[in-house]
Amino acid sequence: MRFGIVVNEGPYTHQASDSAYQFAKAALQKGHEIFRVFFYHDGVNNGTRFTVPPQDDRNLQRQWSELAEAHKLDLVVCIAAAQRRGILDANEAKRQGKDGDNIAPGFRISGLGQLIEAGIQADRLVVFGD
Amino acid sequence: MPTLHTINKSPCERSSAKSCLDHVMEGDAVLMIEDAVLGARKGGTFVRVLKAERPACAVYVLGPDLAARGMRTEDLAEGISVIDYGGFVDLAVANARVCAWL
Amino acid sequence: MAEETNRKRFLYINRRAPYGTIYALESLEVVLIGAAFEQEVSVAFIDDGVYQLMAGQDTAGIGMKNFSKTYRALGDYDVRRLYVERESLAERGITVEQLMPITYEDEDDNYTEKPSILLMHRSEMARLIAEQDVVLSF
Repeated sequence: MRFGIVVNEGPYTHQASDSAYQFAKAALQKGHEIFRVFFYHDGVNNGTRFTVPPQDDRNLQRQWSELAEAHKLDLVVCIAAAQRRGILDANEAKRQGKDGDNIAPGFRISGLGQLIEAGIQADRLVVFGD
Repeated sequence: MPTLHTINKSPCERSSAKSCLDHVMEGDAVLMIEDAVLGARKGGTFVRVLKAERPACAVYVLGPDLAARGMRTEDLAEGISVIDYGGFVDLAVANARVCAWL
Repeated sequence: MAEETNRKRFLYINRRAPYGTIYALESLEVVLIGAAFEQEVSVAFIDDGVYQLMAGQDTAGIGMKNFSKTYRALGDYDVRRLYVERESLAERGITVEQLMPITYEDEDDNYTEKPSILLMHRSEMARLIAEQDVVLSF
């Protein structure tokens, strides 16, 4: 089956991103396809490369980036939610006149339409939130 | 085709678990994940409500979340099945849609 | 899938009051963007989600944007089915008269203005969920 996954909360504060990650890993292990992982609301905060979590704990951003690379996953951060919360790629930083960008490898910023498209294209859409 | 309902908050913290049960149809599955697994403890109010009001739906709890919170299978109310993330994926496949009660 | 078309049935479930958290506003943004995709859209207001439709919202004192009038534009985006749960209203002591009057123009009926808000019992809401292809929760 083809899955769409939605992550509505940021890393660490809620378990949503962890649960979504574990679900994604399990789905891939079973041979399913993940059409897209869409990060909305505070979920966009999973996509910054500037987190420095404690060494003895998991690095959620790195986990997502590595899973994306290993399985060619499409990790999409919603542009509207990202703008509110300060997650930028180089293009957005330039467009908005900001002095830096922070998007993590493997994540891309795009519109809410990508969430709807995931709902249309996937067989199942699974939402992780608070 | 049936629905997989997921609950992620403890029934004592939030009303989402109750709202979920209010909208379950016969043949649906309910999966408790994250803090919601705390509601699966035997002797608690939630499982009493669950048994009384929704006997016709299959109830599952995510094992890794139980273990994280120091709960063992013996602590669970009767009739609740423990599954892992692979089982969660299987449930999502077996049911027509997933409805998250946040 | 919806019969005879390739459109999917999308249900957006709103269970939270506005302003205390961003979920009401950002879920509305999904509904508006989603409207362009010509799927079969229903929006459900359950539990505290019914507060999103309250008339007379005045946010001047809290310094936040009042986005309540955006619900009234939903009809222009072809989102015409706003299902409000009766029990959720009753448990909160709210009547439908206290909600915003949200309408759409029915082009199949001389553009007659019709209500978008449709009251539903909990049991009907359960059946509605069971009819969907995609359920989005916020």
